[in-house]
Amino acid sequence: MRSVEAALALAVVAAGLLCAAGPAWGEYGDVILNRRSEANGVRPVVFPHWFHRIRFRCKVCHSELGFVMRAGANDVKMSDISEGRFCGMCHNGTVAWGPDRCDLCHSGLPGLKSGIVGGHGTSGPGRW
Amino acid sequence: MRRWLHPCRILLLACLLALAGAGFAQKRSWRPLANDGVHDPKSPAIGVLQEPAQALSQLPADTAGNYVRWVEAIEKGVIDPRTNIKPETQFRVRDDSIVVSKFGSMPAVTFPHRQHTLWLDCTNCHEKPFVSKAGANKLSMQKILDGEQCGLCHGAVAFPLTECNRCHNTSNASLQRARQTDAKR
Repeated sequence: MRSVEAALALAVVAAGLLCAAGPAWGEYGDVILNRRSEANGVRPVVFPHWFHRIRFRCKVCHSELGFVMRAGANDVKMSDISEGRFCGMCHNGTVAWGPDRCDLCHSGLPGLKSGIVGGHGTSGPGRW
Repeated sequence: MRRWLHPCRILLLACLLALAGAGFAQKRSWRPLANDGVHDPKSPAIGVLQEPAQALSQLPADTAGNYVRWVEAIEKGVIDPRTNIKPETQFRVRDDSIVVSKFGSMPAVTFPHRQHTLWLDCTNCHEKPFVSKAGANKLSMQKILDGEQCGLCHGAVAFPLTECNRCHNTSNASLQRARQTDAKR
């Protein structure tokens, strides 16, 4: 009878542990841009990699548009975008919404630091 | 003793529960934008921007990172992201593979150019961070973990560094045998 109790306890503990673990959320690799946003009274920008890569290959932005592959290395100003550089290559009201739709890009939580969000079980990418 | 309470049955039940639990943990889940720790739930963009789960659940499933096999998504034609914006830009795909990090404590790495160039341009990796000469780059797992070299993408937007065997995929013994066969010729 003791083995029955032990097995039952094991089953309960195993089930409990697994329920507590819950689902593992997917990682996004979103980039936060907040060097100037909040200082100028708008929310930080959230750039979602996943959304863009469904529609464009990495090389479009990281080669043609000139975005360096390191969060924080691209000093993008609103004037660049209005003049058709960086995000403004597509966010011009033709390919994608134009710079007049402030809130769609400036949608981040106040206080966020610039950088890439996400990561995994390891310590990298530590220098981002 | 009631027969259904036999320890074997209960152990079996425990195993089944564990399997079901593992399946639950493996289920692909994406946080909604309003709750992703990045977007402001009060932003008017919530409800306008596409939700990750809506887009990503349609793509080939992975078990790590953002739960999408992105190369497979292109290969199977599930998505066909634009290759260029400027009409004059050439779409360059390179088909060869190179074997690096041979004879170390881990299996060697077969790096496929094709899968990488489907997404990236040659200039994204060459000559920085990698010079275009097989064996000329000193790769370091520490640097990769620090977000340099392969870690510029892997761990951020490409499958994470916890997936050791996807890169370290080539048996050193088979390379050694091939080397010996070549020497005999």
